[in-house]
Amino acid sequence: MLIPCPLCGPRDALEFRFVDETVRRPEPQSASPEQWRSYLYLRANRAGAVTELWLHRSGCRQYVVVERDSLTNTVTAARLARKEAVS
Amino acid sequence: MTRLQPQPGEVIDRDRPIRFRWVGRDHQGYAGDTIASALAAAGVRVFGRSMKYHRPRGLLSADFHDPNCMVTVDGEPNVRGAHRLVRAGMDVRPQDTWPSLRFDVKAANQLVGRFLGPGFYYKTFMRPARLWPAYEAVLGRFSHGGHAPSEPAPERYDHRYVHPDVLVAGGGPAGMAAAAAAAGAGVSVLLVEEEQELGGHLRWGGPDDLAALRDLRAAMAAGSVEVLTDSVVTGRYDGNWVSVLQRAGAGGATGTVRERMVKARAKHLVVAAGLIERPYVVGGNDLPGVMLSTAVRRLVNLYAVRPGDRAVVLSANASGAAAADDLSRVGVDVVRVLDARAGEDITRIRGRSGVQAVECSDGTVVECDLVVTAVGWTAPLTLLTLAGGRATYRADAARFVATGLPDDVSAAGGLVGDGTLEQLIEHGRAVGRDAARRAMRVASVLAAGVPGAAVPAVHDGHVDVPALQPAPHPELFLGATDGIVDYSEDVSAKDLRAAVREGYDSIELAKRYTTATMGPAQGKLEAVNSIAAVAAATGADLAATGTTTGRPPYVPVSLGALAGRSHSLLRRSPVQGWHDAHGAVPLYAGAWIRPDHYGDPVAEVRAVREAVGLIDVTPLGKFDLRGADVPSLLELLYVNRWRKLDVGSVRYGVMCAEDGVVLDDGVTGRLGPEHYLMTTTSSGADAAHDWMERWLQTQRRDLQVHVTPVTANYASINVAGPRSRELLARLTSLDLSASAFGYMRVRTGRVADVEDCVVWRIGFTGELSFEVHVPAGYGLHVWEALLDAGADVGVRPFGVEAQRILRLEKGHLIVGQDTDGLTQAYGAGLGWAVKADKPDFAGKPELAWQLMREDYLHLVGLQPVDGTAVPPEASQIVEDGTRIVGRITSSRMSPTLGRSVCLAMVAPHLTAAGTTVTVRLPGGGSLQARVMPQHAHVDPEGVKLRA
Repeated sequence: MLIPCPLCGPRDALEFRFVDETVRRPEPQSASPEQWRSYLYLRANRAGAVTELWLHRSGCRQYVVVERDSLTNTVTAARLARKEAVS
Repeated sequence: MTRLQPQPGEVIDRDRPIRFRWVGRDHQGYAGDTIASALAAAGVRVFGRSMKYHRPRGLLSADFHDPNCMVTVDGEPNVRGAHRLVRAGMDVRPQDTWPSLRFDVKAANQLVGRFLGPGFYYKTFMRPARLWPAYEAVLGRFSHGGHAPSEPAPERYDHRYVHPDVLVAGGGPAGMAAAAAAAGAGVSVLLVEEEQELGGHLRWGGPDDLAALRDLRAAMAAGSVEVLTDSVVTGRYDGNWVSVLQRAGAGGATGTVRERMVKARAKHLVVAAGLIERPYVVGGNDLPGVMLSTAVRRLVNLYAVRPGDRAVVLSANASGAAAADDLSRVGVDVVRVLDARAGEDITRIRGRSGVQAVECSDGTVVECDLVVTAVGWTAPLTLLTLAGGRATYRADAARFVATGLPDDVSAAGGLVGDGTLEQLIEHGRAVGRDAARRAMRVASVLAAGVPGAAVPAVHDGHVDVPALQPAPHPELFLGATDGIVDYSEDVSAKDLRAAVREGYDSIELAKRYTTATMGPAQGKLEAVNSIAAVAAATGADLAATGTTTGRPPYVPVSLGALAGRSHSLLRRSPVQGWHDAHGAVPLYAGAWIRPDHYGDPVAEVRAVREAVGLIDVTPLGKFDLRGADVPSLLELLYVNRWRKLDVGSVRYGVMCAEDGVVLDDGVTGRLGPEHYLMTTTSSGADAAHDWMERWLQTQRRDLQVHVTPVTANYASINVAGPRSRELLARLTSLDLSASAFGYMRVRTGRVADVEDCVVWRIGFTGELSFEVHVPAGYGLHVWEALLDAGADVGVRPFGVEAQRILRLEKGHLIVGQDTDGLTQAYGAGLGWAVKADKPDFAGKPELAWQLMREDYLHLVGLQPVDGTAVPPEASQIVEDGTRIVGRITSSRMSPTLGRSVCLAMVAPHLTAAGTTVTVRLPGGGSLQARVMPQHAHVDPEGVKLRA
């Protein structure tokens, strides 16, 4: 799988570390145990279009938000996480 | 069989005889011979025994995929005898023979064959389960294949990474034409051929084929195509990541490397794998002397071997006719040619250790010693289906074809369809030109993704690829009597029928139950026949029965090739050379090599407790943090509070993950208003770095912090012991007095004439100690200066073992040793550090909830009642004989106290000081131990630390 790193260009997935699906961190002051544990453990693991966080560990060390199809491994978008709109 | 007069296309060099050994006896072949061809020329007909029934087996396909002549060469098992070339002095032995090739005890299995049906082993050796070890010992003798050598492989293996524009799998006429055409269009091309020479079926063809082969080879030699022979594409993965196994070929193309795994990122993949001839399933079809037409043509034309004296040919296509012609030309008596297209057939093949006669469908019996079959072709579609293509059955052509290929993969030549040689070459050329065009388009897309890269122009021209259709061919799979379907697994048509009858009526189930197509040949020859056998038993047709799923690797790959070259990525502190030279026993800890001790860890402990010791702690993770918002980052990462840490102070911090589990710990010091030095555990440094950046890049992008990993920029030396102040003071102008340099304080300054050292006063060992972080280039200098300066105060180096004893005496935990993947902060006794009133930090909600529970293990100090006993780490603490209520996490004999000391995780009802617990020892037996009031066994008040 090739991941088009926004800084380095298309690079082999071996250079990256898969981090997680993109999940929103609940507000720690007010989160219920259900909300917090859903954030910790529950993942959609969708067959099809997924949005994930990857780390270009053996490259620019930037966290990259990758949109790909988990059935075909076709990557449709890769953006720097630090440039994402704050959720 | 005997050697023929020189043949026009022969690949043997008659001027270079080669002597080798077979079953302990000398044989002679010629350079260019395979093991099988040399032996066949010497009259050998039986190459091995079949797996289950131990029937004698001879050459079938006479190529790499021949299931009947796997041999052991110089101890290397499972060598493909019809592919590996003879080498002077090689020692070749047959496999699956016991005690000998000629007389095989297990051939008695043939007599009981009717009891050895599918699932025999599953059914027979199931019960009683306690007898399985006995069964296994006996069955082990019957397992087939060679024996794995016990010695390490003397040869080297390697990896190589390549980025060809176009990779062509298969060097027959279409593949060569495709490679040449693509190279002619200006792209880089890698051509991979399984056999030792390019050419495919042209190599064993007639004069026209040989002439065409000369032209194609000349074109190849003139062009820029990189050719890998004796190499196989073993798999195709996402994004055209193509794995190629390159063997040490005839010319030693890989030099001293035995096998090389070539990992190619191809912009376009052309698969031109040709066709594989199928055996005919009929009674006696595995007797030595039954061969495929291509095997006969290879033996005669490539190796000048006479395959027999009297031949019967069953032919449904041109290859059968060509084989018959070849045989007649070299003087073999072709006694009968049965035309399968006209309904003629073989109903059974008779013989014992070889073919003696065939029964024909017209009732005649013809005596012969060679049966040649040409009943159809299998297209090896694995690479195409791995790429997402579907295998579709064409009944009119009696073979599967692939449809639905992705844009970056195409197929050329016989894999697609049949035609004249000119048509195959023309098809290959067109596919090659089209591949080059598509590769350039991919290159353009890739370049567009690289910031600042020049994007090559794309040629939008269209390439017309001529249609190539499979030629009509009769469906000939199963004959009138049951024969072997899978030669390497010894599975017959009858076995597959029985499997279907027992309910395994899908091809995927029948395959697994009978193991058909699961042997070393992986169904290259047998897959379609096994589908036909299942289809015949279920009454479905082949299209409805479908195929099994092909998976990589396409051919067996040695573990050495997968492992590649041995890279030792060992991290060494600048002082490690000194350690090596002074008798340090190495400890491999993660990526680092460290001194475990210098011969006497107990003496090292005493030196630290009584005088002063030095330990090299360079592997500690170190991060330089700068910016206005460092305190905000630290507040998030650690459970502790950081806002009030003043310049010149250090603090011990506890890092938890979002689930509250202790992740890391370490000391962080504030060197300036917006400048901090953070340390982490040695093994956790990389993870901590990722974790910090994750907060900064994904959660708190507003924070102004710059993180620089500086682990290797500093050599770190801990000077520990009651005389550490006295020693260090001799080498620095920093005021180390207790009033000027208190516990948990930090200074930067000069040590042993080295500027910019960071010195902080902490105490992992429990003694007065100073940790000195020295610019790495001066690490050895400062280390030696400290040793020189301290000779009179009894300084000595200590290693990781002494440090572990010292910190255990002091009750300091090690993350990952005294905690595990479930230990949250309160369970580790680190609750004092958790500042629950902070608005946010990693793991905060979970730690708040942990406080409300009482169901977790607690870390406690523990001392065996018998102070001479040291329970091994990981010993269980039990209650009522069997119930596990804790475990020993660390244990040592304490030289300071003269008794054993431990840290342990125990259930909440056992945490009170004075509680006696039972420790179950791994070897049986148990001991009693008492829970201590605190973790520290030595100096619990911390008097020494604060001296």
